[in-house]
Amino acid sequence: MSNLKLEDEACLVLCGEAGQGIQTVENIMIQALKKGGYHVFSTKEYMSRVRGGQNSTEIRVSSRRVKAYKEGIDILVALSPQAIDHLKERISSKTLIIGDEEILKDVDDRNYRLLKSPFISRAKQLGGIIFSNVIAAGTLACIMGVDKKIFDNIITLLFKSKGEEILKGDLKAGDVGYELGYKLMEKGITIKIEKDPKISNEILINGTEAVGLGCISGGCRFISSYPMTPSSPLQSFLASNASDFELIFEQAEDEIAAINMALGASYAGARAMTATSGSGYALMVEAVGLAGMIETPVVIYLAQRPGPAVGLPTRTAQEDLNLALYGCPGEFPRIIFAPGKFKDALELSHQAFNLADKYQIPVFILSDQYFADMYYNLPSLTIEDLEVENYLLETSQDYKRYQLTSDGISPRGVPGYGLGLVGVDSDEHDEEAHITEDLNMRTRMVDKRLKKLDDIKKEAIPGELFSTSSNGNFKNLILGWGSTYWPLKEALTLFDDHDIALLHIKQLYPLHPEVAEYIKKAERSVMFENNAQGQMANLIESETGLKIDKRVLKYNGMPFSVEEIYEVLENLEED
Amino acid sequence: MDPEIFDMPDADVAWCPGCGDFLILKSLKQALADLEINPLELVLVSGIGQAGKLPHYLKSNFYNGLHGRSLSPATAIKASNPQLVVIDVSGDGCMYGEGGNHFLHNIRRNPDITNLVHNNMVYGLTKGQASPTSQKDFKTPFQVEGVFEEPFNPLSVAIALGATFVARTFAGNTSQTTEIIKKAIKHRGYALVDIFQPCVTFNKFNTFQWFKDNTYQLDDSHDPTQIKLAFEKSLEGGDGKGKFPLGIFYIEQGKRTFEDNLPVYQEDKTPLFQRKVDKNKLKAFIESKRGM
Repeated sequence: MSNLKLEDEACLVLCGEAGQGIQTVENIMIQALKKGGYHVFSTKEYMSRVRGGQNSTEIRVSSRRVKAYKEGIDILVALSPQAIDHLKERISSKTLIIGDEEILKDVDDRNYRLLKSPFISRAKQLGGIIFSNVIAAGTLACIMGVDKKIFDNIITLLFKSKGEEILKGDLKAGDVGYELGYKLMEKGITIKIEKDPKISNEILINGTEAVGLGCISGGCRFISSYPMTPSSPLQSFLASNASDFELIFEQAEDEIAAINMALGASYAGARAMTATSGSGYALMVEAVGLAGMIETPVVIYLAQRPGPAVGLPTRTAQEDLNLALYGCPGEFPRIIFAPGKFKDALELSHQAFNLADKYQIPVFILSDQYFADMYYNLPSLTIEDLEVENYLLETSQDYKRYQLTSDGISPRGVPGYGLGLVGVDSDEHDEEAHITEDLNMRTRMVDKRLKKLDDIKKEAIPGELFSTSSNGNFKNLILGWGSTYWPLKEALTLFDDHDIALLHIKQLYPLHPEVAEYIKKAERSVMFENNAQGQMANLIESETGLKIDKRVLKYNGMPFSVEEIYEVLENLEED
Repeated sequence: MDPEIFDMPDADVAWCPGCGDFLILKSLKQALADLEINPLELVLVSGIGQAGKLPHYLKSNFYNGLHGRSLSPATAIKASNPQLVVIDVSGDGCMYGEGGNHFLHNIRRNPDITNLVHNNMVYGLTKGQASPTSQKDFKTPFQVEGVFEEPFNPLSVAIALGATFVARTFAGNTSQTTEIIKKAIKHRGYALVDIFQPCVTFNKFNTFQWFKDNTYQLDDSHDPTQIKLAFEKSLEGGDGKGKFPLGIFYIEQGKRTFEDNLPVYQEDKTPLFQRKVDKNKLKAFIESKRGM
């Protein structure tokens, strides 16, 4: 029944109920596999509940770099009876399902390739069913050929803080896992994925950490926020590093306080940010306008999930571009970034703080659940060239906060630094920040604020053009933004059609002029987005006057898989 | 120091003649002068309303932000640069209505800031609607049959939440207001000063005379270190509950402030804007992601 043969790559999925420790297994596995010399990628999908339901994590293991979600499952470890039903659309005749007798007892083995292994009964012998997740991890690590010493090291690193008793139990669970793994291999599982010892020393992080590192390197000194999935991991990352990197983290009473605190900190000269998701951001909108009006920098990390309202709290979407771009009374400039890979996340987040300070505006980092939670390994992540650009001025006695200038940027001072007084005002104001109803001054101030957009546009960050052809010519242009980067790139690489190029846009607003050039050059343009209305396609059309020929839209809460993009590419000519 | 140092002779003042705000402005300037506070180190933070305009009439740094949100930036300004003296100037609508949630939670934070609340029991800037502190049966164009909600009692709420300095004054008594503001500024921690103030245009009920007739001074027999006594006193006043006491209701010394609790100041008191990113430390952190 088994006889599974995998070469070069395996897609492993673990599925169980919330509270069964799927997250723990993911953490153990990616660390162990990477240390073992494999390229790894992981992504999770989970329900918005503390107990029960079905959560799964996908771990791709490969001899080449893998960074994208795939639908097809090679090995499924089922830790709950409902796991198979939960994932049935992703299970094929090739999928090997491993689980305890008790879990698989009602599964028809004529429909599925099953392999039973006593995870639960052995866990009970160790002292509790809770050990079954580490046993499963051990089994998988064994099948994948991870050295037992490496596995034990990882277990020790992850569990030593939980006390000696727990650590001992988990090490034993690992032993049992390996023992069961060897037995499964005897039944005919062969996996041939080439290892590279160099990989074991590579960096392994997730999207959240890549953003967080960029925020720290960009000089972030203050973050106030309110917990909300999927932005909470970034909040937690910065909170846990607040002491080491000299920043203030404060959990505010609500999102309104969160962004208003960030603006206060920024007024006092501390680079400041907030982090939230759709409906949380909706509460902040008033203060985003305040940032525009008082010309006080702020960075907003907006991790998207499906809405409106509460929507699907734990799932992924790209639905809040319009909200970030248009949500606010009045008119003022803003910048919106959407990283697709970790290097971009680091650099764009860093740059967000510089640009927010330079132009005294809100800058958005648009992320989503898929990007925030995915892990992959990479050789290096360098901050060598990332500098904090200082735009603060020591004020003189005649300082005017909103001095009218030719480029719209009034030199920015902060209270307590220099001989001038620094006022800011949410009313329309004069150069000294005092309330005015002089309507000519009003027009001049609007013009001043919007004038900044000229220079902002000039330094827009270009998108990344990718094609498998060497001559740079293409007929079809596929476009994406943010987290669709790797699935699009992997699908295009596999498809290997020289007539297709990918343009990944990382600065959504204002757009780099090249976007229009590439669309003009293509015979057809196809936009992929995780929303139902094609918000980016609409934005491009309204900004450039060009038409996006086809929109591929997915909004069920899951990211695009490599396979489904591949299928779209296959059918491009026939449309 | 001469209080004139804080004057803004060119300011286009939007308050009505005879407004209690003028008296509060005068008391505040005197308090700042008595304490010799340098305008360069002073930040006034306000929201929207007639009280929120005060920072435009007093020479200082100022942050005139959104309605009801002033305590959030005030807390963050102090946290980002503890060397600054931060005073939040708000009205009853801003602080007890729109900003109610921030009022509660900033008391819990206990930032070292002073919160002056001009309490005229009416909405002035929007022309005469009820405020959270309007007394029962107060008739307005919106509350045509008169207010029936229980008035918000800021002092009871603040004391119940453990605010470390809680006082009430009457704007008409400028010397007492000055003295209490001085104590509030000198107090380490969050200090609430609720200031009764007549609105000469939109509140024909709670007039100058009404405040005189309906208040009395807490005397030396009141021990402001006793929270239960303070709470009891805070319940006095209004609708069948006698006169409103004026003075310092409650003081708790020595409680750690928000800034005291921040790890960022444990070893280094430098304001945040003067700190530099430690690139080597960050590099080492990134390298640690290679695992052991």
